[in-house]
Amino acid sequence: MAPPTRAGDYPFAPVDRVNAELFTLTYGAIVRQLLTDFEEVEEVNKQLDTMGYNIGVRLIDDFLAKSNITRCSEFKDTAEVIAKVGFKMFLGVSATVSNWSADGSECSLILDDNPLADFVELPDTCQGLFYCNILCGVIRGALEMVSMRTEVKFVKDMLRGDDAFEIRLKLLEQVAEEYPYKDDE
Amino acid sequence: MAAIASTPRMRCLYIFNRDGVCLHYHVWLRPLTTLSPHQDQKLMFGLLFSLKSFTAKMDPVGGNKGNLGAPNLPGQGCSFHSFRTNTYKLSFMESPSGIKLILITDPRMGDLRDALKYIYSNIYVEYVVKNPLYTPGQPFKCELFNATLDQYVKTLQ
Repeated sequence: MAPPTRAGDYPFAPVDRVNAELFTLTYGAIVRQLLTDFEEVEEVNKQLDTMGYNIGVRLIDDFLAKSNITRCSEFKDTAEVIAKVGFKMFLGVSATVSNWSADGSECSLILDDNPLADFVELPDTCQGLFYCNILCGVIRGALEMVSMRTEVKFVKDMLRGDDAFEIRLKLLEQVAEEYPYKDDE
Repeated sequence: MAAIASTPRMRCLYIFNRDGVCLHYHVWLRPLTTLSPHQDQKLMFGLLFSLKSFTAKMDPVGGNKGNLGAPNLPGQGCSFHSFRTNTYKLSFMESPSGIKLILITDPRMGDLRDALKYIYSNIYVEYVVKNPLYTPGQPFKCELFNATLDQYVKTLQ
Protein backbone atom coordinates (compact mmCIF):
# COMPACT_ATOMS: atom_id res chain seq x y z
CA MET A 1 0.00 0.00 0.00
CA ALA A 2 1.33 3.43 -0.87
CA PRO A 3 2.41 5.53 2.08
CA PRO A 4 -0.53 7.72 3.00
CA THR A 5 1.47 10.94 3.19
CA ARG A 6 2.24 10.70 -0.49
CA ALA A 7 -0.96 9.01 -1.54
CA GLY A 8 -3.06 11.99 -0.47
CA ASP A 9 -1.98 14.12 -3.37
CA TYR A 10 -1.55 12.45 -6.70
CA PRO A 11 -4.69 10.65 -7.82
CA PHE A 12 -7.01 13.61 -8.34
CA ALA A 13 -5.98 15.13 -11.58
CA PRO A 14 -7.99 12.68 -13.72
CA VAL A 15 -11.10 12.75 -11.53
CA ASP A 16 -14.06 14.60 -12.97
CA ARG A 17 -15.60 17.05 -10.60
CA VAL A 18 -19.19 17.99 -10.01
CA ASN A 19 -20.68 21.18 -8.67
CA ALA A 20 -20.73 20.90 -4.88
CA GLU A 21 -24.17 22.43 -4.46
CA LEU A 22 -25.70 20.13 -7.01
CA PHE A 23 -24.15 17.18 -5.18
CA THR A 24 -25.28 18.35 -1.76
CA LEU A 25 -28.80 19.17 -2.88
CA THR A 26 -29.16 15.90 -4.76
CA TYR A 27 -28.22 14.01 -1.65
CA GLY A 28 -30.66 16.13 0.30
CA ALA A 29 -33.43 15.25 -2.13
CA ILE A 30 -32.70 11.55 -1.65
CA VAL A 31 -32.88 11.79 2.14
CA ARG A 32 -36.04 13.87 1.88
CA GLN A 33 -37.66 11.25 -0.36
CA LEU A 34 -36.66 8.45 2.00
CA LEU A 35 -38.23 10.33 4.90
CA THR A 36 -41.45 10.60 2.92
CA ASP A 37 -41.37 6.95 1.87
CA PHE A 38 -40.40 5.33 5.15
CA GLU A 39 -41.67 7.82 7.72
CA GLU A 40 -39.62 6.29 10.57
CA VAL A 41 -36.15 7.83 10.96
CA GLU A 42 -34.71 4.51 12.12
CA GLU A 43 -35.81 2.94 8.86
CA VAL A 44 -34.32 5.85 6.89
CA ASN A 45 -30.99 5.36 8.67
CA LYS A 46 -31.08 1.73 7.64
CA GLN A 47 -31.98 2.53 4.04
CA LEU A 48 -29.18 5.08 3.75
CA ASP A 49 -26.74 2.50 5.05
CA THR A 50 -27.93 -0.08 2.52
CA MET A 51 -27.75 2.41 -0.34
CA GLY A 52 -24.25 3.32 0.73
CA TYR A 53 -23.27 -0.33 0.86
CA ASN A 54 -24.40 -0.82 -2.72
CA ILE A 55 -22.37 2.20 -3.74
CA GLY A 56 -19.33 1.02 -1.80
CA VAL A 57 -19.10 -2.40 -3.44
CA ARG A 58 -18.76 -0.66 -6.80
CA LEU A 59 -16.83 2.39 -5.74
CA ILE A 60 -13.97 0.25 -4.49
CA ASP A 61 -12.93 -0.73 -8.00
CA ASP A 62 -13.08 2.84 -9.20
CA PHE A 63 -11.04 3.84 -6.20
CA LEU A 64 -8.41 1.16 -6.73
CA ALA A 65 -8.18 1.98 -10.42
CA LYS A 66 -7.60 5.68 -9.79
CA SER A 67 -5.40 5.50 -6.73
CA ASN A 68 -2.99 2.81 -7.96
CA ILE A 69 -3.21 1.04 -4.65
CA THR A 70 -2.28 -2.60 -5.06
CA ARG A 71 -2.65 -3.94 -1.56
CA CYS A 72 -5.02 -3.48 1.36
CA SER A 73 -3.99 -6.10 3.85
CA GLU A 74 -3.41 -4.07 7.02
CA PHE A 75 -6.43 -2.51 8.66
CA LYS A 76 -4.33 0.34 10.04
CA ASP A 77 -3.00 1.41 6.63
CA THR A 78 -6.38 0.89 5.08
CA ALA A 79 -8.05 3.26 7.54
CA GLU A 80 -5.45 5.91 6.74
CA VAL A 81 -6.00 5.49 3.04
CA ILE A 82 -9.78 5.82 3.42
CA ALA A 83 -9.35 8.98 5.44
CA LYS A 84 -6.68 10.65 3.35
CA VAL A 85 -7.26 9.35 -0.17
CA GLY A 86 -10.80 7.98 -0.28
CA PHE A 87 -12.57 10.91 1.36
CA LYS A 88 -10.49 13.39 -0.57
CA MET A 89 -11.20 11.70 -3.85
CA PHE A 90 -14.94 11.31 -3.53
CA LEU A 91 -15.99 13.96 -1.03
CA GLY A 92 -13.30 16.59 -1.52
CA VAL A 93 -12.36 16.71 2.17
CA SER A 94 -9.98 14.54 4.11
CA ALA A 95 -10.58 12.94 7.48
CA THR A 96 -8.34 12.28 10.46
CA VAL A 97 -7.89 8.82 11.89
CA SER A 98 -7.74 8.71 15.67
CA ASN A 99 -8.91 6.99 18.84
CA TRP A 100 -7.40 3.62 18.01
CA SER A 101 -8.46 0.88 20.38
CA ALA A 102 -5.64 -0.99 22.15
CA ASP A 103 -5.91 -4.08 19.93
CA GLY A 104 -5.95 -2.05 16.72
CA SER A 105 -9.34 -3.28 15.60
CA GLU A 106 -11.29 -0.06 16.10
CA CYS A 107 -10.70 3.53 15.13
CA SER A 108 -12.50 6.74 14.37
CA LEU A 109 -12.57 8.83 11.24
CA ILE A 110 -13.10 12.45 12.14
CA LEU A 111 -14.47 14.93 9.64
CA ASP A 112 -14.38 18.62 10.50
CA ASP A 113 -16.07 19.53 7.29
CA ASN A 114 -18.72 17.49 5.54
CA PRO A 115 -20.16 18.78 2.28
CA LEU A 116 -23.13 16.39 2.50
CA ALA A 117 -24.45 18.27 5.50
CA ASP A 118 -24.19 21.82 4.13
CA PHE A 119 -27.48 23.73 4.43
CA VAL A 120 -28.92 21.07 6.76
CA GLU A 121 -30.60 21.62 10.08
CA LEU A 122 -32.46 18.74 11.68
CA PRO A 123 -36.04 19.62 12.59
CA ASP A 124 -37.59 18.23 15.80
CA THR A 125 -39.34 15.48 13.88
CA CYS A 126 -36.03 14.04 12.62
CA GLN A 127 -34.04 13.93 15.81
CA GLY A 128 -32.92 10.32 15.50
CA LEU A 129 -31.74 10.74 11.92
CA PHE A 130 -28.12 10.13 10.97
CA TYR A 131 -28.29 12.39 7.98
CA CYS A 132 -24.97 11.25 6.49
CA ASN A 133 -25.44 7.58 7.27
CA ILE A 134 -24.84 6.73 3.62
CA LEU A 135 -21.12 7.26 4.29
CA CYS A 136 -21.09 4.38 6.78
CA GLY A 137 -22.58 2.08 4.19
CA VAL A 138 -20.11 3.15 1.52
CA ILE A 139 -17.15 2.43 3.80
CA ARG A 140 -18.58 -0.89 4.92
CA GLY A 141 -19.29 -1.99 1.34
CA ALA A 142 -15.89 -0.97 0.04
CA LEU A 143 -14.06 -2.68 2.91
CA GLU A 144 -16.05 -5.84 2.46
CA MET A 145 -14.76 -6.06 -1.11
CA VAL A 146 -11.19 -6.05 0.17
CA SER A 147 -12.18 -8.85 2.57
CA MET A 148 -12.62 -6.80 5.71
CA ARG A 149 -15.92 -7.29 7.49
CA THR A 150 -16.59 -4.19 9.51
CA GLU A 151 -19.16 -2.38 11.56
CA VAL A 152 -19.37 1.31 10.75
CA LYS A 153 -21.46 3.89 12.52
CA PHE A 154 -21.68 7.54 13.43
CA VAL A 155 -20.85 8.33 17.03
CA LYS A 156 -20.71 12.10 16.67
CA ASP A 157 -22.74 14.23 14.35
CA MET A 158 -22.48 18.02 14.05
CA LEU A 159 -26.13 18.15 13.05
CA ARG A 160 -26.89 16.80 16.52
CA GLY A 161 -24.74 19.41 18.18
CA ASP A 162 -21.39 17.61 18.43
CA ASP A 163 -18.14 19.37 17.58
CA ALA A 164 -17.30 17.15 14.59
CA PHE A 165 -18.50 14.20 12.55
CA GLU A 166 -17.01 11.02 13.94
CA ILE A 167 -17.42 7.67 12.22
CA ARG A 168 -16.47 4.63 14.26
CA LEU A 169 -14.88 1.77 12.33
CA LYS A 170 -14.73 -1.65 13.88
CA LEU A 171 -12.98 -4.54 12.17
CA LEU A 172 -14.93 -7.72 12.84
CA GLU A 173 -12.95 -10.13 10.74
CA GLN A 174 -10.56 -10.35 7.81
CA VAL A 175 -12.00 -12.98 5.55
CA ALA A 176 -9.43 -15.42 4.25
CA GLU A 177 -9.35 -16.38 0.62
CA GLU A 178 -10.83 -19.82 0.07
CA TYR A 179 -11.24 -22.10 -2.86
CA PRO A 180 -14.80 -21.32 -3.93
CA TYR A 181 -15.87 -24.56 -5.61
CA LYS A 182 -16.96 -27.74 -3.96
CA ASP A 183 -15.42 -30.95 -5.23
CA ASP A 184 -18.60 -32.54 -6.47
CA GLU A 185 -19.68 -29.56 -8.57
CA MET B 1 5.73 -5.84 -39.76
CA ALA B 2 3.01 -7.07 -42.05
CA ALA B 3 3.62 -10.59 -40.85
CA ILE B 4 3.19 -9.58 -37.21
CA ALA B 5 0.02 -7.66 -37.88
CA SER B 6 -1.48 -10.53 -39.81
CA THR B 7 -0.89 -13.09 -37.02
CA PRO B 8 -3.15 -12.26 -34.11
CA ARG B 9 -1.26 -12.45 -30.85
CA MET B 10 -4.19 -12.49 -28.47
CA ARG B 11 -5.80 -15.78 -27.56
CA CYS B 12 -8.33 -15.13 -24.81
CA LEU B 13 -9.15 -13.14 -21.69
CA TYR B 14 -10.85 -14.31 -18.50
CA ILE B 15 -12.16 -12.09 -15.72
CA PHE B 16 -13.00 -13.73 -12.40
CA ASN B 17 -14.18 -12.33 -9.11
CA ARG B 18 -13.09 -13.62 -5.73
CA ASP B 19 -15.89 -16.17 -5.56
CA GLY B 20 -14.67 -17.89 -8.71
CA VAL B 21 -17.47 -16.53 -10.88
CA CYS B 22 -16.25 -16.01 -14.42
CA LEU B 23 -17.54 -12.50 -15.05
CA HIS B 24 -16.36 -12.46 -18.60
CA TYR B 25 -14.69 -14.68 -21.14
CA HIS B 26 -13.44 -13.17 -24.35
CA VAL B 27 -11.92 -15.20 -27.13
CA TRP B 28 -9.88 -13.97 -30.09
CA LEU B 29 -8.22 -17.12 -31.30
CA ARG B 30 -8.71 -20.52 -29.79
CA PRO B 31 -8.97 -23.28 -32.35
CA LEU B 32 -8.67 -25.98 -29.72
CA THR B 33 -11.21 -26.31 -26.93
CA THR B 34 -11.52 -29.65 -25.22
CA LEU B 35 -13.59 -28.77 -22.17
CA SER B 36 -17.02 -27.32 -21.66
CA PRO B 37 -16.88 -23.59 -20.89
CA HIS B 38 -17.87 -24.22 -17.29
CA GLN B 39 -15.14 -26.83 -16.73
CA ASP B 40 -12.61 -24.74 -18.58
CA GLN B 41 -13.27 -21.70 -16.40
CA LYS B 42 -13.23 -23.73 -13.22
CA LEU B 43 -9.91 -25.27 -14.16
CA MET B 44 -8.41 -21.89 -14.98
CA PHE B 45 -9.51 -20.44 -11.65
CA GLY B 46 -8.21 -23.48 -9.81
CA LEU B 47 -4.86 -23.25 -11.57
CA LEU B 48 -4.41 -19.63 -10.54
CA PHE B 49 -5.57 -20.28 -7.02
CA SER B 50 -3.11 -23.12 -6.49
CA LEU B 51 -0.25 -21.44 -8.31
CA LYS B 52 -0.62 -18.35 -6.19
CA SER B 53 -0.57 -20.39 -3.04
CA PHE B 54 2.52 -22.32 -4.23
CA THR B 55 4.43 -19.21 -5.27
CA ALA B 56 3.79 -17.61 -1.89
CA LYS B 57 4.85 -20.75 -0.09
CA MET B 58 8.14 -21.04 -2.01
CA ASP B 59 9.10 -17.42 -1.38
CA PRO B 60 12.71 -17.57 -0.13
CA VAL B 61 12.84 -14.04 1.29
CA GLY B 62 9.35 -12.73 2.13
CA GLY B 63 7.70 -13.22 5.51
CA ASN B 64 4.21 -14.43 6.50
CA LYS B 65 3.83 -17.48 4.29
CA GLY B 66 1.14 -19.38 6.10
CA ASN B 67 0.67 -23.07 5.57
CA LEU B 68 0.36 -24.61 2.16
CA GLY B 69 -3.29 -25.10 1.43
CA ALA B 70 -4.35 -23.03 4.41
CA PRO B 71 -6.41 -20.02 3.36
CA ASN B 72 -4.38 -16.87 2.88
CA LEU B 73 -5.64 -13.41 3.61
CA PRO B 74 -5.99 -11.41 0.42
CA GLY B 75 -2.88 -9.39 -0.28
CA GLN B 76 -0.79 -11.65 1.92
CA GLY B 77 2.34 -13.17 0.45
CA CYS B 78 3.79 -12.64 -3.00
CA SER B 79 2.14 -13.54 -6.27
CA PHE B 80 3.15 -14.40 -9.80
CA HIS B 81 2.36 -12.27 -12.82
CA SER B 82 2.94 -14.53 -15.78
CA PHE B 83 4.14 -17.88 -17.03
CA ARG B 84 5.09 -19.05 -20.47
CA THR B 85 4.91 -22.38 -22.22
CA ASN B 86 6.19 -23.15 -25.69
CA THR B 87 2.75 -22.46 -27.13
CA TYR B 88 1.28 -19.63 -25.08
CA LYS B 89 1.88 -17.05 -22.40
CA LEU B 90 -0.48 -16.45 -19.49
CA SER B 91 -0.43 -13.05 -17.79
CA PHE B 92 -2.25 -12.52 -14.52
CA MET B 93 -3.33 -9.59 -12.43
CA GLU B 94 -5.39 -9.40 -9.27
CA SER B 95 -6.88 -6.26 -7.75
CA PRO B 96 -7.21 -5.90 -3.96
CA SER B 97 -10.95 -6.23 -4.51
CA GLY B 98 -10.38 -9.78 -5.75
CA ILE B 99 -10.92 -9.17 -9.47
CA LYS B 100 -8.61 -11.44 -11.44
CA LEU B 101 -7.66 -10.72 -15.04
CA ILE B 102 -6.05 -13.42 -17.11
CA LEU B 103 -4.77 -12.73 -20.59
CA ILE B 104 -3.58 -15.59 -22.77
CA THR B 105 -1.38 -14.59 -25.67
CA ASP B 106 1.23 -15.77 -28.10
CA PRO B 107 4.37 -16.79 -26.14
CA ARG B 108 6.43 -14.05 -27.79
CA MET B 109 4.48 -11.25 -26.10
CA GLY B 110 6.45 -9.04 -23.73
CA ASP B 111 5.51 -7.87 -20.24
CA LEU B 112 1.75 -7.30 -20.08
CA ARG B 113 1.41 -6.08 -16.50
CA ASP B 114 0.71 -2.51 -17.56
CA ALA B 115 -1.72 -3.72 -20.19
CA LEU B 116 -3.71 -5.70 -17.61
CA LYS B 117 -3.73 -2.71 -15.30
CA TYR B 118 -5.01 -0.62 -18.17
CA ILE B 119 -7.75 -3.10 -18.99
CA TYR B 120 -8.84 -3.16 -15.35
CA SER B 121 -8.74 0.60 -14.72
CA ASN B 122 -9.78 2.03 -18.03
CA ILE B 123 -12.00 -0.61 -19.58
CA TYR B 124 -13.48 -2.90 -16.90
CA VAL B 125 -14.09 -0.20 -14.30
CA GLU B 126 -15.23 2.39 -16.81
CA TYR B 127 -17.62 0.30 -18.88
CA VAL B 128 -18.77 -2.43 -16.52
CA VAL B 129 -18.51 -1.39 -12.87
CA LYS B 130 -19.77 2.12 -13.50
CA ASN B 131 -22.81 0.91 -15.41
CA PRO B 132 -25.61 1.48 -12.89
CA LEU B 133 -27.63 -1.39 -14.32
CA TYR B 134 -24.84 -3.93 -13.93
CA THR B 135 -25.24 -6.17 -10.89
CA PRO B 136 -21.86 -6.64 -9.21
CA GLY B 137 -20.75 -10.26 -9.07
CA GLN B 138 -22.74 -11.28 -12.15
CA PRO B 139 -21.28 -12.24 -15.53
CA PHE B 140 -21.62 -9.39 -18.00
CA LYS B 141 -22.09 -8.90 -21.70
CA CYS B 142 -21.23 -5.40 -22.72
CA GLU B 143 -20.79 -4.14 -26.26
CA LEU B 144 -18.78 -1.09 -25.31
CA PHE B 145 -16.45 -3.17 -23.20
CA ASN B 146 -15.85 -5.62 -26.04
CA ALA B 147 -15.29 -2.93 -28.64
CA THR B 148 -12.88 -0.95 -26.47
CA LEU B 149 -11.03 -4.09 -25.47
CA ASP B 150 -10.66 -5.24 -29.07
CA GLN B 151 -9.32 -1.88 -30.04
CA TYR B 152 -6.91 -1.73 -27.13
CA VAL B 153 -5.37 -5.17 -27.61
CA LYS B 154 -4.57 -4.29 -31.21
CA THR B 155 -2.06 -1.79 -29.87
CA LEU B 156 -0.21 -4.40 -27.80
CA GLN B 157 3.00 -5.89 -29.06
